[in-house]
Amino acid sequence: MNDVGAELASHPFAAGLTQSQLDRLAAITSSIEVQAGTRLFEEDGQATSLWLIRTGQIALDLHVPGRDRLIVETLGPGDELGLSWLLPPARWKFGAVAQVDVSAFELSSAAVTGLCESDHELGYQLTWRLLGTAIGRLQAARIRILDLYAPPSPTAGSSS
Amino acid sequence: MTDCRYPVRYRISSRVEETHDTVTLTLEPADDPIAAFRPGQFTMLYSFGVGEIPISVSGLPGGPSLTHTIRSVGAVSASLCAARPGQVIGVRGPFGTTWDDADAAGRDLLLVAGGIGLAPLRPALLSALAQPARYRRIILLAGARSPAELVFAAEYDQWRERGAEVGITVDKADASWPGQVGVVTQLIGRANLDPAGTTALICGPEVMMRITARALTGAGLPSPSVWISLERNMQCGIAECGHCQLGPLLLCRDGPVVNFGVAEPLIAVREL
Amino acid sequence: MATAAEHPARYRLTAAGLEDLHRALASAGYRVIGPRVTRDAIVLGELKSASELPFGWGVSLSPGGYRLRKRDDPAAFGHSAGPGSWKQFLHPPREKLWSASRTADGMVLDAETDPEQPDKLAFLGVRPCDLRAIQIQDRVLGAGAGHQSAYARRRAAVFIVVVNCTEPGETCFCASMDTGPKSGPGYDLLLTELVTEADHSFIIEAGSQDGQEILSVLPVQAADAGSLERADSAVADAAGRMGRSMRTDDIHELLAASHHADRWEDVASRCLTCGNCTMACPTCFCTTVEDVSDFSGDHAERWQSWSSCFELDFSYLHGGPVRSSGVSRYRQWLTHKLGTWHDQFGSSGCVGCGRCIVWCPVGIDLTEEVAALRAERDVAAEFEDTE
Repeated sequence: MNDVGAELASHPFAAGLTQSQLDRLAAITSSIEVQAGTRLFEEDGQATSLWLIRTGQIALDLHVPGRDRLIVETLGPGDELGLSWLLPPARWKFGAVAQVDVSAFELSSAAVTGLCESDHELGYQLTWRLLGTAIGRLQAARIRILDLYAPPSPTAGSSS
Repeated sequence: MTDCRYPVRYRISSRVEETHDTVTLTLEPADDPIAAFRPGQFTMLYSFGVGEIPISVSGLPGGPSLTHTIRSVGAVSASLCAARPGQVIGVRGPFGTTWDDADAAGRDLLLVAGGIGLAPLRPALLSALAQPARYRRIILLAGARSPAELVFAAEYDQWRERGAEVGITVDKADASWPGQVGVVTQLIGRANLDPAGTTALICGPEVMMRITARALTGAGLPSPSVWISLERNMQCGIAECGHCQLGPLLLCRDGPVVNFGVAEPLIAVREL
Repeated sequence: MATAAEHPARYRLTAAGLEDLHRALASAGYRVIGPRVTRDAIVLGELKSASELPFGWGVSLSPGGYRLRKRDDPAAFGHSAGPGSWKQFLHPPREKLWSASRTADGMVLDAETDPEQPDKLAFLGVRPCDLRAIQIQDRVLGAGAGHQSAYARRRAAVFIVVVNCTEPGETCFCASMDTGPKSGPGYDLLLTELVTEADHSFIIEAGSQDGQEILSVLPVQAADAGSLERADSAVADAAGRMGRSMRTDDIHELLAASHHADRWEDVASRCLTCGNCTMACPTCFCTTVEDVSDFSGDHAERWQSWSSCFELDFSYLHGGPVRSSGVSRYRQWLTHKLGTWHDQFGSSGCVGCGRCIVWCPVGIDLTEEVAALRAERDVAAEFEDTE
């Protein structure tokens, strides 16, 4: 646990937490290694974990009949994986697979929720970080929807 | 020195299909060559009987040949993309300001490219890789629509071997793509930039440049450390036809490379 | 005949002497261009003799209004703000830039028959504001990107006879723009018209070697002190009788900060984006390039023609115009003419000739628009101060 606490302290997610908050978080965190190709969860599975990625790359994906899986987004060092447990019915919206060997911190969503309910100050800190992540991904997704690299649509008078 | 009003004949010596709609042409002068270009500058390429469009030079400066990467989006560009080796086209230029104005000597050089915006940045990257001692880190972050639409993809590993940190991401991909999926600004956080010591050059669609520049200034880079490449309707190239104005700037003369400190208030005004 | 060596630099030429001036210019190889009455307006055209000048004609000017009127004196230059300006001769509405022919492997540029030797033109009756307009266009078009442009060649072959202004029009504001009513340097010959019941003559002086050579063959007399005094005070007095005025000391900053002003919506609700102002303006220089080929496909030409920032396609980029709304296009024209022209070319683009006011079909007056923008800014500043 002490090992985890020391390592957790250097993860961007933990930046700004007090030592005692860090200790309480570390108490529900474990360190994991995942081999390349390992599927962390399936679309529509029970969403029960939060991961803080340390090294490697994980792809969020969707399977489509007759086609290769679509990659929704890739996440890397410093990123959080797994937000679907925050909203009922707590099921994964996408699947997640390690594209290379990955090391990460793993927390059970039940433990995180319990910690937030018993320690509102720490709960506020954790929720604020998750909200920031969600907003950042929302903004990025909105930009991707604009399809800015698409060719300009032809209009009358187009000559170049 | 050639008169920039008249197209100079250049012969296509090679043609590479970068993507389904983008072609790189290498040109050799058929007459006296135009003046030497510098990274970031553009020429007006003329397709006989069809018309003329501004295209940034996408190759390494030095030597008489010119390299241009052209996306087929209209009559003239389609005609140029269909041209074959041996064919002669017209070239006027070079015109405009250059990435060299962003003097990054002794600093981290960050290039952020969106889509075909990588083409005008490539001369700056190749020049930097040719004299790496001049810079600390050389970082390229490039975004594209999909893996099939990445330009110069065959060169990314060479660039890495020559000392550039290269981060590539695409907006959409399927599982056959092992790389990153996401918008290019998401790579900025992972690049561990030194905000005070980084000079950034950005090129891509204007909205992408605006968003990326703000992401960089949000990460602590001062506006004057950021440079973008702007585009407007371009016709004469010699500041006489008036079309390329953006507020006080004539982009054929005061651009296309513009410091973000100057450009920011201008591109923020709708319909300026 | 008087010669420069024997007499002071300023002379007197009778109105009849204008014919000698015309003849001298024609003999020197110039085609003389000047104002002439045609139907309803005084327009610039080739003069076959000085008698074609609009003696006794004046104009009544107002926003969106221009009427010829008969004067009660025979003044030849008692009018202003005609629909055309001298730019149509130096910077023609349409010209071929080059042509090319198809070859087996591509193309070859057709050799120019010779760098077009332009006609020698003499401009007779240039107002001081219009001389400044020519000089402003020289700055934009004459630089030539390192090579002598067609504009520069035409400009070098022009002889300019300026006529000082003694009777500003209702829409004139050259005094505000510091371009008149007295001419600055740059003329070959300078005239000041003097009309009384008894006499119609001109004070004439040379401003260049070419001017001196023409002047030396004219039937001039020494100008008496009284005539000189009357001429000079007529010009000086004209500065106080301008029909309009425009404050310019703060105009660059005012317009640079005006992008979001409410006034633009107001003027855009009136503006037809017809572009008359840009056609009539003596400094507007924008052009559009057009590549054309013939039916065989073997011959291509590039033509350049006058263009206007009011055209919807003027700012076309990647699928549509950058400046689509009337608001943005009017704003572009005004902020460029009076503001960013300074950034781009080192001076104002406006000479105060008033043509844009006269020839606007809905009578938009840029002096009024600038005053309104300033008032809006001042009100907003006052409001901020009191918060």
